[in-house]
Order: sequence, then C-alpha cells, then structure tokens
Amino acid sequence: MEKATDLLSSSQSMFSLKSLKLKTKQQELLLRISILGLVYILAFITRLFSVLRYESMIHEFDPYFNYRTTLYLTQKGFYEFWNWFDSESWYPLGRIIGGTLYPGLMVTAAFIYWILRLLRFAVHIREVCVLTAPFFASNTTLVAYFFGKELWDTGAGLVAAALIAICPGYISRSVAGSYDNEGVAIFALLLTFYLFVKAVKTGSLAWSLASALGYFYMVSAWGGYVFIINLIPLYVLVLLVVGRYSMRLYVAYNCMYILGMLLAMQIRFVGFQHVQSGEHMAAMGVFFLMQVFYFLDWVKHLLNDQKLFQAFLRITLTCAISVGVIALGVGTASGYISPWTGRFYSLLDPTYAKDHIPIIASVSEHQPTAWSSFMFDFHILLILFPAGLYFCFKRLSDATIFIVMYGLTSMYFAGVMVRLILVATPAVCLISAIAVSATIKNLSLLVRTKTKPTQAGSGKGTTSTKASSKGALDQSLPYQKNGAIALLVGAFYLLTRYAIHCTWVTSEAYSSPSIVLAARGAHGNRVIFDDYREAYFWLRQNTPQDAKVMSWWDYGYQITAMGNRTVIVDNNTWNNTHIATVGRAMSSYEDEAYEIMRSLDVDYVLVVFGGVTGYSSDDINKLTVKFFSPFFVISFSVFLWMVRIGGGVFPVIKEPDYLVNGEYRVDKGAAPKMLNCLMYKLSYYRFGELTTEYGQPPGYDRARGVEIGNKDIKLEYLEEAFTTSNWIVRIYKVKPPKNRW
Amino acid sequence: MSRAPVILSFLLLAVLGNAFSPENPTDRKILVLLDDLSIKSSHSLYFQSLQTRGFDLDFKLADDPKIALQRYGQYLYDALILFSPTIDSLGGSLNAAAILDFVDSGHDLILAADASASDLIREIATECGVDFDEDQSAMVIDHTSFAVSDTEGDHTLIAGDDFIQSDVILGKEKIEAPVLFKGIGHSVNPANSLVLKVLSASPSAYSANPKSKLSTPPTLTGSAISLVSVVQARNNARVLISGSLSMFSNRFFRSGVQKAGSTINHEKSGNEQFVTEISKWVFHERGHLKAVNVRHHKVGEADEPSIYRINDDLEYSLEIYEWSGTSWEPYVADDVQVQFYMMSPYVLKTMSTDQKGVYYTSFKVPDVYGVFQFKVEYEKLGVTSLSLAKQIPVRPFRHNEYERFITAAFPYYGASFSMMGGFFLFSLVYLYHK
Repeated sequence: MEKATDLLSSSQSMFSLKSLKLKTKQQELLLRISILGLVYILAFITRLFSVLRYESMIHEFDPYFNYRTTLYLTQKGFYEFWNWFDSESWYPLGRIIGGTLYPGLMVTAAFIYWILRLLRFAVHIREVCVLTAPFFASNTTLVAYFFGKELWDTGAGLVAAALIAICPGYISRSVAGSYDNEGVAIFALLLTFYLFVKAVKTGSLAWSLASALGYFYMVSAWGGYVFIINLIPLYVLVLLVVGRYSMRLYVAYNCMYILGMLLAMQIRFVGFQHVQSGEHMAAMGVFFLMQVFYFLDWVKHLLNDQKLFQAFLRITLTCAISVGVIALGVGTASGYISPWTGRFYSLLDPTYAKDHIPIIASVSEHQPTAWSSFMFDFHILLILFPAGLYFCFKRLSDATIFIVMYGLTSMYFAGVMVRLILVATPAVCLISAIAVSATIKNLSLLVRTKTKPTQAGSGKGTTSTKASSKGALDQSLPYQKNGAIALLVGAFYLLTRYAIHCTWVTSEAYSSPSIVLAARGAHGNRVIFDDYREAYFWLRQNTPQDAKVMSWWDYGYQITAMGNRTVIVDNNTWNNTHIATVGRAMSSYEDEAYEIMRSLDVDYVLVVFGGVTGYSSDDINKLTVKFFSPFFVISFSVFLWMVRIGGGVFPVIKEPDYLVNGEYRVDKGAAPKMLNCLMYKLSYYRFGELTTEYGQPPGYDRARGVEIGNKDIKLEYLEEAFTTSNWIVRIYKVKPPKNRW
Repeated sequence: MSRAPVILSFLLLAVLGNAFSPENPTDRKILVLLDDLSIKSSHSLYFQSLQTRGFDLDFKLADDPKIALQRYGQYLYDALILFSPTIDSLGGSLNAAAILDFVDSGHDLILAADASASDLIREIATECGVDFDEDQSAMVIDHTSFAVSDTEGDHTLIAGDDFIQSDVILGKEKIEAPVLFKGIGHSVNPANSLVLKVLSASPSAYSANPKSKLSTPPTLTGSAISLVSVVQARNNARVLISGSLSMFSNRFFRSGVQKAGSTINHEKSGNEQFVTEISKWVFHERGHLKAVNVRHHKVGEADEPSIYRINDDLEYSLEIYEWSGTSWEPYVADDVQVQFYMMSPYVLKTMSTDQKGVYYTSFKVPDVYGVFQFKVEYEKLGVTSLSLAKQIPVRPFRHNEYERFITAAFPYYGASFSMMGGFFLFSLVYLYHK
C-alpha cells in the first residue's frame, strides 16, 4: 500500500515536473498570484484576533449606530432607511437618520448580506457587519498591489500589499467588529486614488469615469472624502505649476470632477456642499483654471505671435483670477458659500479646536498625535518612508508625484489628529514599499551579479549588460557582495521585526472591543468585565419602553442600540447646545440638575465609573494621554469636557469652580463644587462604604489612586436603580416630583 | 386544593380594592383617631353629617395599640381624621411617616390641632407645608374681629369670615355667618405651591400666649395667619389642616355668633356649613375630575397614527367628567387648553366643548420635526389637577412627499434639456461636418 502511494506520488511529481515545467514568466505570475492570495488571506485572518479572544461582536461606540442602522436597513428596506426619522435619539429633537449619515457602509453590508442570503447562506446580519471591515481590508491589499505596480513595479506592488495587510495604523480601524465607516472608506480612498492616477497616466475617459465612481463610493462611505476633493486639485495644480500639464490630465480631472460632483450630490448628507461649501471650492477653482489653461493653449496654438500671446496671457490670467476672487468673495459674503467648518480649521491649525470647539477637542482621537503613536502604528515604515520618498524623487512621474503629495499631506494631517494616521497609512505603506522593493532589488542584483562573473570565470568586458557594469563596479568595492548580503539580511530582519510587531500590536492593543474590558488578574489570568452589556440589558429588561436615559454622549449609540431606550444625546454630536445642557446638568448641584432633567423628561441617568476596577476612562476622569502606552490614548477626558462644554454655552458653569490650583481633584482637597456636583455624587454614591483595595481606607478610588473626599453622599432627587457587578456602570432613577410640595 | 385560598384572597383583594377606585373616588371608610372618646359625643353632629352622607366611620383611640392603616400592603381605610391634637405617639405601628405614606398613596386626611398641639401633629403639618406657631402656648388673638360672647374673654374666640373664593371648595351656597374658631394659627410655607389658605385671620390678628404679657413682637401676625388650610397633593390626595378642634364641635355648631363691631347677630354660626362643605371637598364629593378617551388623529381619519408628519392637520379630543358624589357628570368649562409641546409649547389652543364632557380642537402640526407631546395641564383652584402628556413623534417629509414639478424649477429643466440637445447637435456637427 505504502509503496504504491509512494510510487504514485513520485510518478505524479515526475509527471508534473515534466509537463508543468513553466516558463520564467509564468512562474513569476504564479508566484505573484499566490503571494497576493496569501496576503489577501493574511489581511483577513490577522483581523480576527478580537473574534477569537472575545466573541463575534460589534466594538466601541459608533459601530453600534452603524449596526443599528444596518439592521434597520435589512429589515425595512432601503426607502424606509432613507426616510428614517429616529425618535429614540436626541430626545426630544429626534434625528433624521437618512439625511445625516453616510450610507455607504450600511448599504455595503446589507448588500453582502442579501447576496449571502441569495446564495442560501443563513447568516445573521451581525456576522456580516463584524466581518465587513476585514473583508474590505483584504480588498485594500489588492488595490495597494495595483497601485504599487502603477507607481513602481510589480515587486513594489506586492510589498505594498503585504505591508498594508498588517500595518497597525490600518488595523486599528479595521479589526473584525470595528464596523465603522473607515473600514470601507480606506478601500474606497485608495481605489479612487489608484483609478485617478491610472486615468492621468492613460488619459482614458473610462479610467476617469471609474475614478469618479470610486469617488462616489468614498463620498457615500465617509466624510473623509473632503481629503480627496482637496488633494486631487492640489495635485493637478502642482502638475500645472511644474509644467506637466497634458491632455491626459485635462480629461482625467474634468471628467472625474464633474461626474464625481454630480454623483456625490446624490448623497443626502452631502447635498449641495460641492458647490456651496468653502471646503470644496478648491476643486472648483482648479476646474476653472484647467479650462483657462486649455483655452490659453488653444489660443497659443492659433496665435503664432509670441508677444501677442504674452499680452493675451496676462490679460486672461488677470481676468480669470479676479473673476474667481470676486465670485468667491461675493459667494462668501452673501452666505451662498458656507465658510470652512471648525473641523476643517482644526486640521489646518491644530490649536483651533482647543480654543473654539471643545466638542471636537474632547474626543481623544482628535488629539494631536504623540510620537509614540507614530512608532506604534508604523514601526519601520517610519524610517522607510523618507527612503521611499527619495526613490520617488529619483524617478519622478505623474504617478510618483501623486504618491509623494499624498504621503506628505497625509503625514501632516496624521500629526494633527490621531485618527488621521489611518489616512496616512496607505501612502506610508506604498512609499515604504517602493523603498523596500527598490533596495532589495538593487541588493539582490548585486548579490547575483557578483556570483555570475565568478561562475563564468571570464568576466571582463564581454557584454555591455547591466550585470557586467555592476560587476565592474564591484571590483572597485571589494566588500560589496558581503555588504549587500549583510544589508539583505538586515532588511529581512527589519521586515521580520515589523511582522512580529504588527501581530503583537494587533493582538494586544487593537483587538479589544472596548465594550468588554479585559484585565490581568492577580495570578496572570484574564479577567473580563462585561459591565457595559450588563447595564444595557438591564435597561432593556427593566425600564419602561419609552424611558429616557441621560448619559454623556459617548454612550448614546450603545444605549439606543443595545438598551433600546431613548437617549438625550449621542455620538452624533450635531447639537452642541443639547450636549451642553447635559454637561450642565452633570456639573450642577443636584437640585439644579433636577430642574434640567425634568425639563428634558429624563427618567434614568447613566454614569460610567471606574473607581472600583481602576478603569481609567470613566466619566469623572480627566484627560490622560499616556505617552508610554499608546493604547490607552483612547481615554476620554469626559468630566473636564462636561464642565467645559457646558460652560461654553451656559456661562453659569465655570471651570475654575471645579479646580484646585488648576488641578482636578476628587479627594479631600477637591473644590466644594466638585464634591457636590451631580457627576461626583452619582459616581461615588455609597462608594465610601466600599473597600476596594487591601490596605487602603474605604472609598479608595483605584482609577485615580486617592481616597475620595465626600464619602457621605445623600441623594434627594434621584435613587440608585442599578449598579453593575464591577460598578463600572451605574444607573439612577429620577424621582417624580414630591407629592405634597 | 390550594385554589380555594387563592380565590378567597382574590375576593378579599377585590373587596379591599374597590374601596377607593378611580371609578368611584368618594371615600367610603374613614378611620377617626381621637384623644379620648368624649370627643365622639362632643363632636357628634359633625360625625353624624358624615355618616348620613354614607361614610363608614371607625372610631379608635389614638394610642390604641391595635390601630393599623394597612394590612398585607393594602390600606384598610380611604381617609383618616386625626382629632387627637395632643397625642405624642400613635398606637400600633403608626407614626408620622406612616400617615404621610398614607397620603402619598392617594388617601385623604383631616387634621385638627389645638393649643398645645403635640410635636407629632406639628410634624405631619410641616410635611404638608403648614407651620404651626412654634410657641406651644400661643393662640390666635384678634381684638377687632372676635366673636362677642357673654363672658368677656381674651378675644381668642375668633369670628372668621375671610374665606377662600372658591365654589369648588366651599360649595355654591355662600357662607353667611362667620365661623367660630378657637385655636392656634399657622403659616403657609411659601415654598409649597400646593397648600391653600381656606380661612385666613383678619389683618389685626396675631398669635401669642393670651395669658402672658406680650413682651416680644409675635412671629405670626395679620392675614399671614391661616386658620384652616387645605393641600391638594400631586396625586390628588386632599388634606385639611385646622388649628382648632373645637371648630368641629357641637357647641360651636349650635351657638350663635355676633362679630365684634357688627350689629348682625347670626342665629347660628357658619361652622356647620363650612365644615360640612369643606369635608365634602376633602372626601372627593366635589371637584374631582377625570379625563378619559384622549384621542388624536389626522383630519378625515379615525385611527390614531404612531407618528405625524410636519404640517399635518390633526384633531385632538378628550372627555372630562366630574364626580358628583354619586355619578360622573360632564364637566363644563371654557378654559381647558391643550399644548403641542417640545421643550416649549409650539401650539397652545383652548378647546371647545359640546357641554357633554367632550373637549375637542384641531390644529396644524408645526413645521418642526421632533418628539412632541400633547399636554393638558389643567390646574384650577380646588379641582383635581389634570396633567396628561402623550408623546408623539413628528417626522419630516419623506423623499417622495415633496411637490414634484415646481414652477420655479422650469428654467433648470429647460437649461438641462437644451444643454443635452445642444451637445447632441454639436457632436453631430463636429463628427460629420468636416
């Protein structure tokens, strides 16, 4: 038996070796496809850590909203989704969901779901939502491959695909369960750029139409499309300035801009912004500039007189620019063109948000990036990036100019806001891939050419190939071969370290669902805190159907999605006043807060408290960006911002009232207002009776490491309704008004 | 086997449960707590008037260890009369908190204090928003509007005639004769918006110890002194607080009265009428409203929608009935208003009535989306306060509910079609005309 199989297999291998002897080109193709296939699979499975560690669930905050809307879409159909007026959030204002979201993600997931159902796969929509981001990450690797191929060569494409597949900067937003717009949008972003570069390279209407469609998908998926609509005009402008204007560029840009704009207007949330908002005006200006350029070119073609043309050029340019400026001025003054939004300003001026829009600054992902985050998210790419830029500059083409501009601008934005590292990641991966690919190619050429002449023996001056020229070079540098081998080993080592780092980061830092918290117990075992879901299910089971829950806006989406209860404010921070009202209630004394809560018909108040578990991103904590452990960067400075946002609208709330010597404190030395405000009372109610840590007095707050200052808290207008097993979420019921008063 | 006790207990529950039902709000069973049983005879006229109106009175001594307001979580009585001003601690498990809980669960209370009222009585009164004079020996003294009596006294027998102007509380018939009052005065806590002065003292009254000389200015003076007050709690439990127990006595009921400085000598004091009428109010024989059948729908439709659209025309109606003591009669008023409310009223309309209890109105939903409430906040002196809120979301237009072809857009249609035609022609000319 064994012999027979042996024989069989050997004969088979003999046969296959003989008949499947491939040509080098075919071998290369096979190799390429299999590498790409492996990268595709790798990109998917490396994002499954969270599913294996925890379970197939939706992560964090915004994804819960996306999940809820997707569920609605699959249950009620597209038109109901499009016209959905949600009365469960932003009570009592409500929110027009259909008109205030980017539907791309939900429609994509629903589409995948419907296709799977059509193919008789009985999956739940949640599984589809959980796996959407990894699936699109896989697709992104394909786009990265083609982009790299377009920029440099197939080798660079493969390296780019491999790098982006595991780059932590991208994984942070696309692990399984992280069902957020960015998961799909990065794919769309890279696809649009790739197609546009392709269109510029070929000058073909078909490619630029494809890029317009890619842009449409991007607009439908994420607000980050503004980056595209500003980067592409900038790129075109640069090409115009450096004299690389061509008919190809003209066709590519005009077609992409006009069609892209018309398509983007179909998204309700975007609407007429392309012609009305200041952020989109650059694209329009460049569009008109292109026409002027084309017109001038045509006139130049007709006029043979150089002097006459110069005069004409001057007049036309002055006219065009002044008309443009006047149009912009009139548009802005009359209010037709809306000025730049705060978010946009805060990108250009990192300090803007801090001073003017606390609601933006209050989100930790909008904080300026710490150096450690760069290292954490990019690792060796950070070093390879400049090298790649060098290679790009050495071989300038329309495509490499694009990637250089994309890389540089997105790196700047990544420095302004933590979350924009995500946008920079594809560019960094592509540029680094060029560096890696070019270096390894050169080195391996060196290694191989060195061996060839020694084998051939004859060596000198026989042919005029590259190899011989390199060989000739080699002789002047005797240790080059060894050096090349050493460098190759070094590069290999670096890439290995990169892979190890990426896997470690993915598994340790980016696969936590943040709705279930994990910690190491005293004996190194994993302790799971499932308090959030405990609280939300309590709300779902124990409160009236139309109960209104007041919490800080971070938890709004989760309460509506999991608790199925109406919330006052949620993560869609569209109404600053409403949020400020909640902030004011939380930072007022109980009786004042009661008035506010009565006016908003609040039935329950939910606070997040980490004093028992040492969970540092609770409601009362202040901003803690820990430079040495960047995965805690996502910790909100909630209470500070409650006061600040509340005070921004209602000047009764003054931040200094809560500070002692410019410091937030919760212990005995805290400000009296701090010790008696609603937030403090709700967080620490009955906490003074509890011993949290051995050797510490009762009421020892483990999150802040102090003994609390007010242990005897009496609630008059609220009563404790529910506290989760680890005290992370505490829910209070607002009492009805007194009967006899 | 085990079913019989269950059924029994259900029956028992049913018996107990019908004591105070929304369908029949008049109290039936009243517990009367007395200092000593002589009050039963000295105040018999008042008790008789209650009994003839169908109330079942249960007299107990206030320190009787067996008294209990509830058993197995069910209240045994619908109302409580506390004619025990001097008692320091009640019998059984009864205390001030239990009595206040009794009120907070919708039951009524008549509390009569007297000079030297105990701390317990004072505490209950304070919790209801009424503060008796802190001086234990103080009484209300009035040197101008006292009741003329045979024995020249210390002017603590007061002839009060400063009544609250409310037909609901005091009945339609005007109380002609002044009410005799002898007891302590109280002030009404300004923080409490639910307490009403029913019988106020005259501007010349003050509260002090009649037996000693007035050394310091009295804390309570003038018409700030309330002799009798009522509270209608938010759950419509009604509380009567009087500073005088003798006001309810047979002696005061029967005696004539002549107010000082007045020549009219009334045969009979106003006490009987006053006390009877006000206890009718306290025991929900008057001024008790109910609102039922709240309906709203779009004009031309009958079903209640779960959501409205902006600019919908809608109709809103409800029925209000008043309890007459025996049956529900239509309530007639011209001041019932409905609000369409989202943080502030967007629509405020006075409803029309068909005189048969139905109130209705119609209006247009404002051009604002959000979660609105139909709110009826009917608060009128003496009657049950009606507070109805019904939540209803208002959505914006759907994508296909806008007007389709508007005239203002014709230039745009023209522009786009002429552009298309022009482009087609241009292409033809460009491609084939060379």
